[in-house]
Amino acid sequence: MLLLQVIVGGLLLGAIYALFSSGLTLIWGMMNFINFAHGEFVMLGMYVSLLVVVWLGGGPAAFGFAAAFSLFVLGVFVYLSLIRYVLRGPMLSQILSTFGLALLLRYTAFWIFSANFVSLPQTSLSGTLNVGGVLMPVPQLVAGVIAILLTIGLHLMLTRTKVGSQLLAVSEDRGAAMLMGIRPDRMQALAWGLSAGAAGIAGALMAIAYPWSPSVGETFGLTAFVVVALGGFGSVPGALLAGLIIGLIQALSAFWFGPIYKDIIVYALFVALLWLRPQGLMGKA
Amino acid sequence: MLRFRLLNAVAAAATLIAFSAAVPVMAADVVKIGILWPLTGNAAAAGQASKAAAEVAVDIINNAHPELGDLPLAKTAGLPNMGGAKLELVFVDHQGNPSLAQQLATRLITQDKVDVLMGAYQSSCSFTATAVAERYGIPFMVGESAALNITGRGFKWVFRGTPIASDYARTYMRFFADMKKQGKKIDSIAIVNENTDYGTSVADAIIEEAKKANIPVAIRIPYSASSTDVSAQVLQLKEKQPDVVIFISYTADSILYMKTMKNLDYAPPMVIGDDTGFSDPSFIPAVADVAQGVMNRSAWAIGKSGSTTYKINEMYKAKTGRDLDDTSARNMQSFFALADAINRAGSTDPEKIRDALTKTDLKPEQLMMGYEGVKFDNTGQNILAATYLIQLHDKKYELIWPDKAAEAKLQWPMAGWKK
Repeated sequence: MLLLQVIVGGLLLGAIYALFSSGLTLIWGMMNFINFAHGEFVMLGMYVSLLVVVWLGGGPAAFGFAAAFSLFVLGVFVYLSLIRYVLRGPMLSQILSTFGLALLLRYTAFWIFSANFVSLPQTSLSGTLNVGGVLMPVPQLVAGVIAILLTIGLHLMLTRTKVGSQLLAVSEDRGAAMLMGIRPDRMQALAWGLSAGAAGIAGALMAIAYPWSPSVGETFGLTAFVVVALGGFGSVPGALLAGLIIGLIQALSAFWFGPIYKDIIVYALFVALLWLRPQGLMGKA
Repeated sequence: MLRFRLLNAVAAAATLIAFSAAVPVMAADVVKIGILWPLTGNAAAAGQASKAAAEVAVDIINNAHPELGDLPLAKTAGLPNMGGAKLELVFVDHQGNPSLAQQLATRLITQDKVDVLMGAYQSSCSFTATAVAERYGIPFMVGESAALNITGRGFKWVFRGTPIASDYARTYMRFFADMKKQGKKIDSIAIVNENTDYGTSVADAIIEEAKKANIPVAIRIPYSASSTDVSAQVLQLKEKQPDVVIFISYTADSILYMKTMKNLDYAPPMVIGDDTGFSDPSFIPAVADVAQGVMNRSAWAIGKSGSTTYKINEMYKAKTGRDLDDTSARNMQSFFALADAINRAGSTDPEKIRDALTKTDLKPEQLMMGYEGVKFDNTGQNILAATYLIQLHDKKYELIWPDKAAEAKLQWPMAGWKK
């Protein structure tokens, strides 16, 4: 029974990882672009949630929506004001630009919110569900379900809708897409908006479960890159699968061998897997 | 700016009153005390708070404060054994930099000609500054630095008033013994520690004392403080069912533990947090509703209105606008012990002061802290240092042990999230 509890806990944690990583992999898939500020977007989503709860007294639906919307706007703004210019520059400046953006956002947050840890007051999503003796914290459960829905939603949007085809067309061949009457800037701004919006939702859901400070992006950021690499760059379903696998292995190894060994085991397996399958679980070779 | 000027005016007025009230002494000497603290940099807040505390202590010693009971040197103005000699403080700022602390200690001794030294907050700075004092043969009082190896290096001139990890560990064991006497069941304990120097050394000390006290440690769980998930640790605890769980944790992890314990429906009879994360200002607002009855430690308690500690706190508050904190209070206590030794030495001769320090024997009623006394062993460590234990009741910590100082009743088992 205890083992079952460990497994459930690991999968729920994995769902949070997946949620955190979905926006990151989206930007990669759309633009072949690594966004180092992704963790900071999630962090801002967490603070937006806090402000909505404390100032407006909103519930999870309200702050989830507020976080998604404000981060969507921020994502579009970042694309229009920064990314579209650095895209013309060399590869290295593209990478470093979002790194600079990450530091800017993090230290602005330090300035505004201070380095103290904060957490959301109890919300209607707090509490624990008991399913046949296995305890499931509601925030993680909701985060897990939404992560799966979001992943499926993003995947369907990319593969089944006109907007999705246009997004993919721009990522395949910008010039050809332009000749077909697609406006690449608009599409890529949309991709940034969607990615940042997903980060915002992730932040809102994580805020229910975790205490955080402006440096939270750092804590989850590394895991997110590993999840994306393991799942296959650009693959949204891959990120979901990889998140669940990493969460599960971490939980089991922490329980069996002790918490200080869990990251060693996870990353050793990660390295071994990349050796066998460098494109990741579901990436295109 | 206006506030600042106002404060200055108040301070000036206070000095004036103090001067006019002081009994004129004849040809009183001055004893110079050099103090090294981080007054700027990362730990500036702690250094400044301690500086204010030292200044309050000097006010208490240099002027007559008969209202402060048995506190040494409070009743008289100045040091009675030295014709009412006054203390003079020379503050220097080492910015938390050990090599700067070393240079400044040298300067204080050779240029400012101080009679004794005190400091230095960061253990690393105490480490270098005490080595200078040892070389020049000047007594050094370590106010509150906790690293074990500051004393015990064979130094003759270094003394430390504050409790260290092993004292806290011993206090926990005495508390357990007391609880067992009252019929509480403590058959085993668990220790959960973050795995850097801090958590590891405190956990080691607790395990050693538990062995001496014959209390089995059911499980020890080291973990990384940056963990994003602690359910595995909580489930390990749930499996072992210890009667008390001791956490040595930083902020985010201590909050995460409390929340995860509720989520996984694990409520041990008692949780003790070893300061740090459990004392962080974000801890109580984050988990007060799920961590009722969690215990923590503090050697400082403001006490009841009218008590000596209460009056000291009022003096500190008038100066700074804040309550005295545990760190500054431990520094202040060390300062009193140092001043008491200088008075008993009756001279500024370093050898005589050192000798007086080794003969220090302050009783609990002469202290402002919850120690058993002040008495230095041959390494210079205060062997009677101890701490109070406090417990989270509603939204604040209240002193619950030892009984003689308690301001509230111990809640056992802790309520956690069950109201």
